[in-house]
Amino acid sequence: MALRAVRVLGAKWAPLPALPALGRPRAAPLPPPLRVRGLGTSALLLAARKYTDKHEWISVENGIGTVGISNFAQEALGDVVYCSLPEVGTKLNKQDEFGALESVKAASELYSPLTGEVTEINTALADNPGLVNKSCYNDGWLIKMTVDSPSELDELMSEDAYEKYIKSIED
Amino acid sequence: MAREPVPCAVRAAVALQAGDVQTDLARPGVAVIDVVFPQAGAVGLQEIVFKNFYTAFLTIRVQRRSPADMAGEGPRKWVTCLRNYCLMPNPHTEEGSQDYFSVFRHQMLCDVDEVMAIRMILRQPSPVWLHFTIEELQIYPRGQESPQKDFQSWLSHLTSQEQPENLHGDGLKQTPLYDFHQQHGGKMVPFAGWSMPVQYTHSHLESHMHTRQHCSLFDVSHMLQTKVFGRDRVKFMESLVVGDIAELKPDQGTLSLFTNEKGGIIDDLIVTSTSEQHLYVVSNAGCSDKDLALMQTRAQELRAAGSDVHLEVWENALLALQGPSAVRVLQAGVSDDLAKLPFMSSAVMDVFGVPGCRVTRCGYTGEDGVEISVPARRVVELAERLLDDPDVWLAGLAARDSLRLEAGLCLYGNDIDETTTPVEASLVWTLGKRRRAAMDFPGAAIIVPQIKEKPKHKRVGLMSTGPPIRQHTRILDLEGQTVGTVTSGCPSPCLQKNIAMGYIKSEHSKVDTALTVEVRKKNYSALVTKMPFVPTRYYTIK
Repeated sequence: MALRAVRVLGAKWAPLPALPALGRPRAAPLPPPLRVRGLGTSALLLAARKYTDKHEWISVENGIGTVGISNFAQEALGDVVYCSLPEVGTKLNKQDEFGALESVKAASELYSPLTGEVTEINTALADNPGLVNKSCYNDGWLIKMTVDSPSELDELMSEDAYEKYIKSIED
Repeated sequence: MAREPVPCAVRAAVALQAGDVQTDLARPGVAVIDVVFPQAGAVGLQEIVFKNFYTAFLTIRVQRRSPADMAGEGPRKWVTCLRNYCLMPNPHTEEGSQDYFSVFRHQMLCDVDEVMAIRMILRQPSPVWLHFTIEELQIYPRGQESPQKDFQSWLSHLTSQEQPENLHGDGLKQTPLYDFHQQHGGKMVPFAGWSMPVQYTHSHLESHMHTRQHCSLFDVSHMLQTKVFGRDRVKFMESLVVGDIAELKPDQGTLSLFTNEKGGIIDDLIVTSTSEQHLYVVSNAGCSDKDLALMQTRAQELRAAGSDVHLEVWENALLALQGPSAVRVLQAGVSDDLAKLPFMSSAVMDVFGVPGCRVTRCGYTGEDGVEISVPARRVVELAERLLDDPDVWLAGLAARDSLRLEAGLCLYGNDIDETTTPVEASLVWTLGKRRRAAMDFPGAAIIVPQIKEKPKHKRVGLMSTGPPIRQHTRILDLEGQTVGTVTSGCPSPCLQKNIAMGYIKSEHSKVDTALTVEVRKKNYSALVTKMPFVPTRYYTIK
């Protein structure tokens, strides 16, 4: 997801800064990461989340990836009041724009973390877009998609790398 | 051409020292140099030239003789004409420390005619220098051509630096509430050259709804506050704006517009005709440079033609308390009966023990409420007192924008600018009746005929469901032809629908006209809607 610089108040005036400047995350912003344990079978069930530099996450289970936005992103975006999501069956390339999340002050485009096809969208968000804020890693997921090129997963950031990345863009 | 500085007496610098001068090791950070004109008495300033010696920031105040009081018997006011001008970009390093500086008339914040004394306030926050002062001070009077007159004014443009302590290098100005905002969890963002809070600890939605149901306190100190003095102040103001200023009753205000000769809007502003023999003008922070230049140029022109008018930038802080309980909260801290202060009227009063506050019943949210102009050094105290009431929350730019949009109020730079006329902007009501008939405001020759002939396009409100419509969204008719563009829009927290305003071709501007808006390459239906979207609750006495 990319929080683009949003013109909240006036063409003449400086737009609000892009995501990194929109306030520092409070202490302990991220829930404990789901770590892959040493037992071989559990890796398939409890896949670790991988992150894009545009703040989407994806976790792959049994060949299907679930996509959402990070806690850092939902905090920066503020109350989500509308979710634009693709139709099931939409084919996406890695980094394709697949929708947008809208708060009162800003629209933020969503970008596909991988190449694949949309298999399901989170229909609960139509009536309750605030789930993205309340539960960005669970009930507030956005889409599920096939993983056409599993090697693309290796190009995404691990939980630790993403946390370092957030720190680096904040400073 | 030779030019001569005016003879002046420069008094020795007085260092301001806190604590015991003998024993305290800390060196003073402030020194004051006074200048008087023993021969001339009073001087119109053209240029002040000096050589710096390790002064980091310079403020200049002038004591002026009132034009109405040539005998010099009346009160002599000190006003600031240069504020915290940065002479050394980094107070700890050498840059600028021994440079020559020139400050010109057009760079001054106020008029500098009839100046009887000048006070230079030197500041050096860095402890690394043993001594700081200014040297070789020369003051050139008006009427003598400066050799550098050919410089464009922007080449030597000065911006006041409200807080010289801002050494972060972001170049943003800070209001006197900057630390207060940070202490209260404000997320600071750049806005019109200022560092302002966009929101605090509550979410944007919560803050918005709280303002509609209770009340919120906004820091709007970044806005430009100007006082216009002199016998011809109304004539001066009417030469720049479209409104009927002469008809304003004492302490009554109005929204008005500075216009240019093409009929475009230079800025929107509130003009209050105070009972204290001046006009009180509040205009946008983002337009402060051009507004000041516009007013100062006109004031000089009028004075050259024998009129009596002069300006003073009012360095007060400005708070807005907005919402249905705003007046109840304020009433606890004032002795005036606020029931007798209707919408767009103004009075000076003590507010929670802070004397000399100008309270104006107006705002930018559509709610009942006030704006309080308060001396900068006591604004934090006043803000804390107002926050003591649990009904009052702090609110930032985010809520301010969605609230004004629901109220159908324009944001300068988005919804109105120098390419839109008051008629196109659906602000015909701001054109004074007498002014229309006389056609005596800037751009009247273009603006007045538009009232009858209808402009090609005009500002309307739009509502839709689906994805929010925002600035630059294309508006189409049902046949798919482009008919306009959105200038501001957001999802309305109160209405749970999308609201927007934009300019569309006049033939489509009737309320309830069905149109289409294009969001991310998909079309959604929208309806032309009367504004305000959310009913306003201004306190009017019938």
